[in-house]
Amino acid sequence: MRHIISILMENEAGALSRVVGLFSQRNFNIESLNVAPTEDPTLSRLTLTTIGSDQVIEQITKQLNKLVDVVKLVDLTEGVHVERELMLVKVKAVGAQRAEVKRTTDIFRGQIVDVTNTMYTVQMVGDNEKLDAFIQALGVNGILEVVRTGVSGISRGEKVLSL
Amino acid sequence: MELLSGADMLVRSLQDEGVEYIYGYPGGSALHIYDAIFRQDKVKHILVRHEQAAAHMADGYARASGKPGVVLVTSGPGATNTVTGIATAYMDSIPMVVLCGQVMSHLIGEDAFQETDMIGVSRPVVKHSFSVKHPSEIPAVIKKAFYIASTGRPGPVVVDIPKDMTAPTDRFEYEYPKKVKIRSYNPVVRGHTGQIKKAVEMMLKAKRPILYAGGGVILGKAASQFTELAKKLGFPVTSSLMGIGAYPQTDKQSIGWLGMHGSYEANMTMHHSDLIVCIGARFDDRATNNTSKFCPTAKIIHVDIDPASISKTVRADVPIVGPVDSVLNEMLELLAQAKTSPNTDALADWWKQINDWRASHSVLYTAEEDRPIKPQQAVEAMWRVTGGDAYVVTDVGRHQMFAAQYYKFDKPNRWITSGGLGTMGFGFPAAMGIKLNYPDNDVALVTGEGSFQMMMQELSTCSQFGIPVKIINLNNQSLGMVRQWQDLNYQERHSQSCMQSLPDFKMLIESYGHVALKVEKIEDLEPTLEKAFAMKDKLVFVDVMVDPKEHVYPMQIPQGSMRDMLLSKTERT
Ligand SMILES: Cc1ncc(C[n+]2csc(CCOP(=O)(O)OP(=O)(O)O)c2C)c(N)n1
Ligand SMILES: [Mg+2]
Repeated sequence: MRHIISILMENEAGALSRVVGLFSQRNFNIESLNVAPTEDPTLSRLTLTTIGSDQVIEQITKQLNKLVDVVKLVDLTEGVHVERELMLVKVKAVGAQRAEVKRTTDIFRGQIVDVTNTMYTVQMVGDNEKLDAFIQALGVNGILEVVRTGVSGISRGEKVLSL
Repeated sequence: MELLSGADMLVRSLQDEGVEYIYGYPGGSALHIYDAIFRQDKVKHILVRHEQAAAHMADGYARASGKPGVVLVTSGPGATNTVTGIATAYMDSIPMVVLCGQVMSHLIGEDAFQETDMIGVSRPVVKHSFSVKHPSEIPAVIKKAFYIASTGRPGPVVVDIPKDMTAPTDRFEYEYPKKVKIRSYNPVVRGHTGQIKKAVEMMLKAKRPILYAGGGVILGKAASQFTELAKKLGFPVTSSLMGIGAYPQTDKQSIGWLGMHGSYEANMTMHHSDLIVCIGARFDDRATNNTSKFCPTAKIIHVDIDPASISKTVRADVPIVGPVDSVLNEMLELLAQAKTSPNTDALADWWKQINDWRASHSVLYTAEEDRPIKPQQAVEAMWRVTGGDAYVVTDVGRHQMFAAQYYKFDKPNRWITSGGLGTMGFGFPAAMGIKLNYPDNDVALVTGEGSFQMMMQELSTCSQFGIPVKIINLNNQSLGMVRQWQDLNYQERHSQSCMQSLPDFKMLIESYGHVALKVEKIEDLEPTLEKAFAMKDKLVFVDVMVDPKEHVYPMQIPQGSMRDMLLSKTERT
């Protein structure tokens, strides 16, 4: 199953490489990963998605917890949570395509954030599946470039991951 | 407050940590530090002949004493030469602090002379690492390094120190921190009481139980509690290779260690048990054989300080995360208060079965007259000569397994071996590290001519610093363990496992000013060992010519269960 693991860790040189190194060293897989400092500049928040059996996920969280730089972590998929990813897509937009791309973007509630005579850049926010669906709707032929941030997430309700 | 340079602060921090010996080798990036060492005499430096040996020396000391060993090397090749030693310590959870010089901060990343990203190179084999960013943080970094190395599940910590951090001209206020607090690092201090209760209840009900000690019992300084628990319960006691010494092996409750070359009765008892009480072992593949066939009727209680070691390879029914000493203390208290006692009738039947197993395969080699000495005989003789009380250090190979099988350990921290990484070359420097710190004890290295040649340059270090270890070379003129696998799995095609051109060990050893003895006949074996161990102040190398054909048995059959073993070249369970 796919899991979203969210990690609060020391914002220090080397911390990220320890997390990433752990995954290759122990043969765990990473689907996506993003990291940035939090409101407390000494801490970073890292979110990664991974796929594995319950036993593998248990090992992943235990091994991550062992890293000295990791302060706390949560497997968001264990509870209700909000999950988002941002995507920027450069699409060919000439002739009839211009209206078509605009319409599809509207349907998916995305925004066009940059325009030239021949292309649009579309910004899309949503969960994994929505972004995949949008790409499919556009069709590969028109797509010039895709950038995705990887999944970010937060649990619903009062629950927080903090010091 | 005093103003000190980074180099002086580093050495003062070691003094304040109570470090007596460090093991190392100088070079450009470490020269400020070496100068600071020269200008004091509390911390003594042992100059090895290869940095890998420095790491193994520190490791050996740590295994015997339970305290972190300290290594000091220069950047680049000096640092990378320690990597095998660091990995060896990491696999066996040995506390170690490795101080590495680094090129000047402003040169980092420019492929400067002797620059290596040591933090990157060592990352998969360290518990943690630090890179010093400002000289004034050196005392705090050292404090943290020792704290992390020696608490929780111990392990090696690397500290990377750019040369400008130790410059003699930049001085800062020195104060060694009394305490450390690392918000992201909080090892557990006790186990879950509810789980411990449940475990004790299961122990009292068990009909075919077995106690299983790992290296964690020794690292956690809990051998006495473990022994007390075993005596109270009357259960059979086994251990992993690393757990040897957790329980006195000459006691009748000891059934030997288990696993690939473990005793017949330990593997049989484990396989047929209904309850495994595992304290501080990690069920690695050399201990369990095929995990899907592992002990089909057993429930498992697993105590370990590292939650990641629990249910990693075999699922625990009662996981208990905590320091083994405190968990064992709680178990003992609960047992003292318990209204019921262990199931003595069932245990009597169980012991009868175990003793049958024990009797059926108690002797696994046959000594023949006028034939070469059997390696097993050499270890048994050494056990008698040293009164069973030596620190026995090994390299890796058949000699290692024979040492583990035929020397009987009654105390913890006396059996010193590279179990996890299986590093040939570990033994000699590790033995040196122990002898240096325990000069009044017998320290015996059991090695093979293959392993010994990987670190034999250290004969020179022993001359310089007067380190009189005793070396028992079980000379089978081959990479015996490799050869055994080739005999069994490759129709005796001995690809690259025969050692031609062995040195004349006598000339070699004597050229460094040590003593060399050679044994070829069984009747000379014990007297020669007596003679060697009587020379207290001399390094003595005893070259014992042993039967090159002798295999190590039992040997678990790969992919089988615990009870699937070869018992000789022709016999299997
Ligand atoms: C550094 C290293 N290289 C290779 C091996 C693989 N290996 C395991 S045992 C062994 C043979 C050891 O020979 P020797 O030291 O003579 O011991 P013996 O088995 O003959 O008693 C080898 C090559 C190893 N364990 N460590
Ligand atoms: Mg050999």
